[in-house]
Amino acid sequence: MAGLSKSLAAPQPPAPELRRPPFLRRLTRSTGFSILVYAVVLAAIGYASYAGAARMGYNWQWYNIPRYLYRFTDDGFQLGELTLGLVMSIYLCVTSFAIAFVLGLVIALLRLSDLIIGKWLAVCLLEFLRNIPLLVLVYLFYYVLGPIFGWDRLTAGILCLGVFYAALISEILRAGILATPKGQWEAARSIGMTRGQAYRYIIIPQAWPLMLPPLTGEVIQLIKSSAIVSVIAVAELTTIGRNLISDTYMSFEIWFTVALIYLAVTLAISLVVTALEKRVSHNA
Amino acid sequence: MTKTPVISARNLDKFYGEFHALKNLSIDVAEGERVVICGPSGSGKSTLIRCFNALEYHQSGQLIVDGIEVYEGSNEIIRLRQNVGMVFQQFNLFPHLTVLENLMIGPLKVRRVSKADAEATARRYLDRVHIPDQADKYPRQLSGGQQQRVAIARSLCMESKIILFDEPTSALDPEMINEVLDVMVELAEDGMTMVCVTHEMGFARKIADRMVFMDDGEIVEVADPETFFTAPRSERCRDFLEKVLHH
Ligand SMILES: Nc1ncnc2c1ncn2[C@@H]1O[C@H](COP(=O)(O)OP(=O)(O)OP(=O)(O)O)[C@@H](O)[C@H]1O
Ligand SMILES: [Mg+2]
Repeated sequence: MAGLSKSLAAPQPPAPELRRPPFLRRLTRSTGFSILVYAVVLAAIGYASYAGAARMGYNWQWYNIPRYLYRFTDDGFQLGELTLGLVMSIYLCVTSFAIAFVLGLVIALLRLSDLIIGKWLAVCLLEFLRNIPLLVLVYLFYYVLGPIFGWDRLTAGILCLGVFYAALISEILRAGILATPKGQWEAARSIGMTRGQAYRYIIIPQAWPLMLPPLTGEVIQLIKSSAIVSVIAVAELTTIGRNLISDTYMSFEIWFTVALIYLAVTLAISLVVTALEKRVSHNA
Repeated sequence: MTKTPVISARNLDKFYGEFHALKNLSIDVAEGERVVICGPSGSGKSTLIRCFNALEYHQSGQLIVDGIEVYEGSNEIIRLRQNVGMVFQQFNLFPHLTVLENLMIGPLKVRRVSKADAEATARRYLDRVHIPDQADKYPRQLSGGQQQRVAIARSLCMESKIILFDEPTSALDPEMINEVLDVMVELAEDGMTMVCVTHEMGFARKIADRMVFMDDGEIVEVADPETFFTAPRSERCRDFLEKVLHH
């Protein structure tokens, strides 16, 4: 071992400019730069809409927005409508993601199993879900399956998002599992592990870091498309926003606020996952 | 000396689709016996020993390993594999576990021994493959030779009765081959039942009780090492030995 490390250390050090990426690339990849780009884009949108609104003679009422986030009344501190909408959106996303993950795992394992029927079932379900617009699926769940099974709006919305995302997530899980070298399976089985043990102790722990980034992508996608259940009037952020607008006519302020809330949530998730990924790759 | 066979293969046939990988193949391996299998690439050596621990299944014939009949769908396969260790050409260590964890996971999860016992066993076998001080490293921090010795120790930790080797030194740099072969020789001297696919003829000559030459899915020649290396009967075997011994 000592001899080995010595012979590795011996070659001449690489030229310094080779080790550092070029200045421009380093700049464009830095967090600060991303934030700057975001800020510039937001400012541009803000300015454009401000100018447009001014031409329309729009009456800005930003001072009215905070009361829809929180307010102090005689009863004390209260959450505003938009905040409650956000809470509902989060609830919707968390439950539908849980369903999507479990169902996705089942579909993935079925596809990877030796069961011919299981494979067929999984493939049929996948093809169906992949080739139907989410909006149509929402209607299907609410107007067709809802009455049959007695689901309310919220349940139909949650199940619809859960099933739709299960299809996407199952592909990620399957790809992660398939990416684990065949030799790992063989080694696990050769020490007498069952298929379940091999998944649990050998395959999943290795596939997990590979799955994390695309799974984050799906979570963010899920949060964004959770807005679609506003078409069946589930009282989540987008629905609340629309309702508020029809009461107050503050469409610019409220849509901006709603957009910013979504942005804040998805950004926060990205940041958390990035930190998590760093930890995972440190441990591996 | 009468020895009971721990592996008994009768008229095995194995197909990959249309391809006939094992052709009506029969062989017995006695307890404590060291069998070395050689033969040209694609002759079915890996396929044969992978049948022995049910990583592959034969389609016809009868295979009994350690008293358990091997067939697809048997519910004794897990028990069988616990008694038959395998060492792979590519080591196949678990990269997310430390060396010690690699050795302990089988005993802990499969044989369900206590943690203390699993660790004691693991350390004992690490000692035995001469790398006691690498326990807390990850596989990628070890040299190829060290990784393969960990893989051997992993099999030993399962207290297997039989160990199968599939070209354990083929993926190693030449300077690391001997450290692995030395460990295998020691195992052989301790009386472990070994079935070993290898082209390391010096090693084979040293440890083999019997040499097996395979070609084209068949066992062409079986002989004791002395006869095998000095007076092979078949043309194919002579050609093969010619090639591996003189290069
Ligand atoms: N999973 C598989 N599917 C199809 N054919 C296979 C499969 N595994 C092996 N074969 C074929 O079976 C034959 C025997 O393969 P095997 O790996 O047993 O040979 P081998 O003697 O171990 O060769 P090598 O020295 O190259 O390892 C080869 O022709 C190979 O192409
Ligand atoms: Mg082979």
